[in-house]
Amino acid sequence: MENNSLEKSIKLQKRPPKASPMSAALTFAWRALLRIRYVPEQLFDVTVFPIIFLLMFTYLFGGAISGSTGEYLDFVLPGILVMTVAMITMYTGLDLNKDIEKGVFDRFRSLPIWQPAVLVGALLVDVVRYSLAATIMITLGYILGFRAEAGFSGIVLAVLVILFFSFSLSWIWTMLGIIVRSEKALMAISMMLLFPLTFLSSVFVDPSTMPNWLQHFVDINPITFVVDASRGLIHGYDVTSELLIITYISVGLIAVFGTLTMYFFRNKN
Amino acid sequence: MDHSNTLYAVEADHLVKAFGKERAVDGISLKVPKGIVYGFLGPNGAGKTTMIRMLATLLKPTEGQAKVMGYDLAKEADEVRQSISLTGQFASVDEEISGRENLIFIGRLVGFSRKEAKQRADELLAAFNLQDAAKRQVKKYSGGMRRRIDIAASIITSPELLFLDEPTTGLDPRSRNEVWTVIRALVKNGTTVFLTTQYLEEADQLADLIGVIDRGVLIAEGTSAELKSSIGVRSLIIEFEDERDLNKAESIFEGMFTQTPEVDRGRLSISVTMKDQSKAAKAIGELANHQIAVKDFSMQQPSLDDVFLTITGKPAKEKGGESNGE
Repeated sequence: MENNSLEKSIKLQKRPPKASPMSAALTFAWRALLRIRYVPEQLFDVTVFPIIFLLMFTYLFGGAISGSTGEYLDFVLPGILVMTVAMITMYTGLDLNKDIEKGVFDRFRSLPIWQPAVLVGALLVDVVRYSLAATIMITLGYILGFRAEAGFSGIVLAVLVILFFSFSLSWIWTMLGIIVRSEKALMAISMMLLFPLTFLSSVFVDPSTMPNWLQHFVDINPITFVVDASRGLIHGYDVTSELLIITYISVGLIAVFGTLTMYFFRNKN
Repeated sequence: MDHSNTLYAVEADHLVKAFGKERAVDGISLKVPKGIVYGFLGPNGAGKTTMIRMLATLLKPTEGQAKVMGYDLAKEADEVRQSISLTGQFASVDEEISGRENLIFIGRLVGFSRKEAKQRADELLAAFNLQDAAKRQVKKYSGGMRRRIDIAASIITSPELLFLDEPTTGLDPRSRNEVWTVIRALVKNGTTVFLTTQYLEEADQLADLIGVIDRGVLIAEGTSAELKSSIGVRSLIIEFEDERDLNKAESIFEGMFTQTPEVDRGRLSISVTMKDQSKAAKAIGELANHQIAVKDFSMQQPSLDDVFLTITGKPAKEKGGESNGE
């Protein structure tokens, strides 16, 4: 090791002004993008997953439920879009969990930065990932014959609603990612929550065909509201009340789980 | 707020950290003067990492309080973070991205502009002899390179106080020396270094003040010389060609030392423990006077076990092996 350059590099220069919360969050987002560049396979969940889901459910259920796959595609695509994005939000928690295990988190937590930046930065990149999943799915849908009655703007609005809801939902996984000690346990808990939430909703079938008791659950399931709102925005009918409820739910999720996440983040042992 | 007038980098007052029933740190008070290397010496599971994590604002103490660079740990955590840097025992950089990207990343986080962060990264890569590996993912680094990039990331803005958790554990001697060079250069430039180690030799080489920790309690503190004189175990081991010489030596050494020499007839060797090293030369000289042939001799450093044996009366006991749950 060259001692001259070593000593020179160690000399204390002036400390730069503290990074703003925004710039700290964007720096974390930049790191997440770098990681994707080194391991592009990380994008499997937002590329291959949506394609498989769409093909599988359209051709599996289409004939049975709507009589034809074409008609079913118009009905089911907004639903599968919500389901897929909701499902991949859980990787947010898994990634965080792995990061914590590695110890680099200790460094982040001992830096004089706006602490939530660590999580917000990761979630920003996740929103990009969710958009990628949505784009792939809608493009494939169009190839298969899907048509949005409200046109392109309807799709964009629906995707924005889904992204907003998914961002809010992600905070549940960030919280769990911090407190659950093993990746496997986290995976199990996430699946346990996500499977009923996504399947017992209006994603695949009209809830009026379900038994009464199930309808009650489906009717209060947040996923149902998001699916109904997306369907409405894409096919052009009024969903003001659904949008209002989604706003309440999302803000509530961020308030509760965002706060809890930060609490556990600060007090992590 | 000017805190530069405080004399101490760390002032801990009866710090306790309990995990359930287990008290990982059980009432440690210590003062670390500014500008020195403080060596925190103890076996695995003694509570070293827990102590460092508390002082670096990562763990809330169960009891007690501390000031770090003059700032209260509980009330001024953000100010503490401004003055310190932590290099953890395990990966304290992102292994998935390159060394250079790591340095730019941390540089941006501490507030450098993009250009400044890049400049600083290149400067540090050169200083730490990592230019060739700059663009490689950190997970492909060797152990020594890993530690260097870890430390480089910690001094992007030279901290006033640097915590190093077992900086040389698992390194080969050459890499270890490189890390030592860095630590010495840091201290020369006014940084206070608080390091943990399992090796007495490392504490001996680097630390101005050594605290010995066992089961969450500080059991001894002092300079290396002070501790050694209290430990007093340097062993002189002499091997002989045949048993006749061995027997002669045994009778010569009798009464010469406070402790009775240990004789190993199988290996034809004698081992004598002594506080005063000059006695070793005298012992060898005495053998020469009696024309006794010495096959080989060596001085043995006191080991960490010796330290614990002397201070606690029992050998250092590891809790839970190599786990990081200290």
